[in-house]
Amino acid sequence: MDVSWIPGSADLVVVIVAVAAVAGGAFAALRRGKGPDERAGGPSAPTERPAAPEAPAKAKPAGPEDPGSRLARLRSRLSGGLGSSLLSIFSRGSLSAEDWEELEETLLAADVGAASTDILLEDLKARLKASPDAEPISLLREALLDVVDPTLDRSLALEPQDGVPATAVVVGVNGVGKTTTVGKLARVLVAEGSSVVLGAADTFRAAAADQLETWGSRVGVPVVRSDREGADPASVAFEAAQKGKDDGADVVLVDTAGRLQNKAGLMDELGKIVRVVSKVSPPSEVLLVLDATTGQNGLTQARVFGEVAPLTGIVLTKLDGTARGGIVVAVQRELGVPVKFIGLGEGEDDLAPFDAEQFVDGLLGR
Amino acid sequence: MFANLSDRLTETFKSLRGKGRLSEADIDGTIREIRRALLDADVAVPVVRAFTAAIRERALGAEVSQALNPGQQVVKIVHEELIEVLGGEQRPLRFAKHGPTVIMLAGLQGAGKTTFAGKLAAHLKSQGQTPLLVAADLQRPNAVTQLKVVGERAGVPVFAPEAGVTREDERPRGNPVKVAKKGLKEAQDKQHTVVIVDTAGRLGVDAELMKQAADIRKAVDPDEVLFVIDAMIGQDAVATAQAFQEGVDFTGVVLSKLDGDARGGAALSVAQVTGRPIMFASVGEKLEDIEVFHPDRMASRILDMGDIMTLIEQAEQKFDQAEAERMAGKMQRGEDFTFTDFLAQMQQLKNMGSMKKMLGMLPGMGAMRDQIENLDEKELVRTEAIIQSMTPLERDNPKVLNGSRRSRIAAGSGMTVADVNSLVKRFEDAQRMMKAMAKGGGMPGMGGAPGAFGGLPGGKKSKGKQAPQRKVKGKSGNPAKRAQQEQAARSRAAGEKPAAPAGSAFGLGGGQQQPNVDPNEIPADLAKYLKR
Repeated sequence: MDVSWIPGSADLVVVIVAVAAVAGGAFAALRRGKGPDERAGGPSAPTERPAAPEAPAKAKPAGPEDPGSRLARLRSRLSGGLGSSLLSIFSRGSLSAEDWEELEETLLAADVGAASTDILLEDLKARLKASPDAEPISLLREALLDVVDPTLDRSLALEPQDGVPATAVVVGVNGVGKTTTVGKLARVLVAEGSSVVLGAADTFRAAAADQLETWGSRVGVPVVRSDREGADPASVAFEAAQKGKDDGADVVLVDTAGRLQNKAGLMDELGKIVRVVSKVSPPSEVLLVLDATTGQNGLTQARVFGEVAPLTGIVLTKLDGTARGGIVVAVQRELGVPVKFIGLGEGEDDLAPFDAEQFVDGLLGR
Repeated sequence: MFANLSDRLTETFKSLRGKGRLSEADIDGTIREIRRALLDADVAVPVVRAFTAAIRERALGAEVSQALNPGQQVVKIVHEELIEVLGGEQRPLRFAKHGPTVIMLAGLQGAGKTTFAGKLAAHLKSQGQTPLLVAADLQRPNAVTQLKVVGERAGVPVFAPEAGVTREDERPRGNPVKVAKKGLKEAQDKQHTVVIVDTAGRLGVDAELMKQAADIRKAVDPDEVLFVIDAMIGQDAVATAQAFQEGVDFTGVVLSKLDGDARGGAALSVAQVTGRPIMFASVGEKLEDIEVFHPDRMASRILDMGDIMTLIEQAEQKFDQAEAERMAGKMQRGEDFTFTDFLAQMQQLKNMGSMKKMLGMLPGMGAMRDQIENLDEKELVRTEAIIQSMTPLERDNPKVLNGSRRSRIAAGSGMTVADVNSLVKRFEDAQRMMKAMAKGGGMPGMGGAPGAFGGLPGGKKSKGKQAPQRKVKGKSGNPAKRAQQEQAARSRAAGEKPAAPAGSAFGLGGGQQQPNVDPNEIPADLAKYLKR
């Protein structure tokens, strides 16, 4: 027998490298056949990225609205969606197979995700068995509440320590509303009496820094930005943190460019931002901004971003549409990252703290 | 990570082996798996329901129960049906018979309309059209500026009489309907052949903005209204698409952010619900990152069956061309593959990011998913360390590696001699394989016939005697296959019966007759790609 046959991943590595070599060689050969013009604009050319598609902010100043009415608005919409159909299911008394199916589809339609839905329904079944007399709807509420756990700490841990400002980094994919969220957060923090410094580390999208600066001037906080587009975002973030420290600010909020989580280079860049900021003050909050319309990819986003920069919270934006943002249930179940804020619209006060009980009650149409 | 549909179905059908006919219950199990796979890909619930019903019909038919591998047969059916729905009405852009062709873009906020406007303009320009971009998004701060920047990059004029909102707290001024109308007039005056109207992003539920979009549509009477939708969107896709269909009655769909890793079930939802064709895919941040939509690729993606094209594209982007050229030259001259080359290739591989993710993209990898999960990325580093502990002479002539040299290398790299032996052994196999390939394939001269990769002595078989040369289509299948054989070898060692070749996904193109045969599907794609 062949003694050197030791199965292990080394085999895989060798095979992969060899195949890569062949593939690379083959392509080069083919390209060579086609002549050099093919290669001219080749992929190794420096990537010049056009303005990113996002910029969700709208200048549609809405008058301040008190949080109560905002939540009422959210609740009414949510109950119009998931809630009403749940009610109609539960009012039918005992649950038939079709009812279960309908229940399942309702949860699925809210982007809760197949896996989480299965678990929720199993949970509900178990609860029904344990207490057959209980109202199914209150049992489902319990089951949902268990997942969305109201006891989780959803406050922002942004207390300055020993004169060093607390830092928060806001991350997410393209077009979810990061810059707007940073602006709104600054507003909330200033209203709470903190002194804030904003860092425009989105050096990539055209006019992103301008957008943040507008927010800064409106809220009355300084914005650190680079003098040119395409500067190293990590250095901007560092300068922001440094300025926060020098000025004795309480909080430094860093806005980052949108990036798809499968772009390794861009994720490395994000890692660098976090590392560099940590030299002044390790980020006490890393907030992932998730678009409520996002489907199951939201889970991947949370997972991959979390690998680069351990997430401490989620901001769920664009909840003012028809989407219900059920993906956060899956995210919280799988990764334990709580939703801390929800974005309810384009107005500057449309950022509300997330309230688990009210969210679940809203889902159930109570 | 979710196991893909192919794996799941293989699992489901394992218990069925030997049965002559599929029972109703078997079909139910199958349908459940399909449903789950589609839901995981964000296909909307009502669409899943309709789709699975159609699959059930076909699955009950004779083509499945008589197939040697019903699992593969079902996957094939699902794949076919998906392609049919996705590509049902594939058609190119409609151009106006006379006067400028008007294309209007609509979609949710952050879907990527402005970026796509630039891409479409560049794309049309390269086809000899003279497009004009019209900035009718007066809502979003700096949207007009962005379009101007994009237009400049594409070398296409931008008609922007209104500055729109340039500051966050400004109220939107100007009338986008008038802008669109003026833009059309401008195009007629200046004899542009195409007018692309970029409109503001809006929510489906925002009646006011939707009416504005409808007004623009009425005012310019577009030949095409393209609905731009984010590939990451979840169940909301149906509601959104319906709202836009009612609002602006779009004629085609653009799927954006397809360069992400979302599986894009929304594509199926929108195609099924609205019946409108998906015409373009937006696959990156650069102007040239626009593609005509490929229903077959999308179908594989929704089913998570690996995306070989993406992998190739990524490889192309990351691989150093000069290095690849050098490799090609070497192979052409029939020179030996050395550790020096190996190291260079490995470093390039590292540039591509996580190896696990890359392997995950390869079709047919499902069968060895566990193995991939267990793959230690550090292994790459260790292998590198071993090679770097060799002298240049040893790297170029692995034959000189005697016991003493090996123990020195082991000490130098902090590994054991057994590790070094194992690597050298594997390497020699690889070397033989490369040689065989260079001989059998005659790569450089093959003129775009990618099927011509020569025989590949696969894993275990290659020991000792030279394995017979076999034509293997599509190199990508090789590692999968090889690893499969390794796996089989391993389970043999463990005293199990060899698992039937899972064959995994791409037995598709009729591969179920010989489940062990390499992918048929890919070479077609590959050929397409290479000829492009």
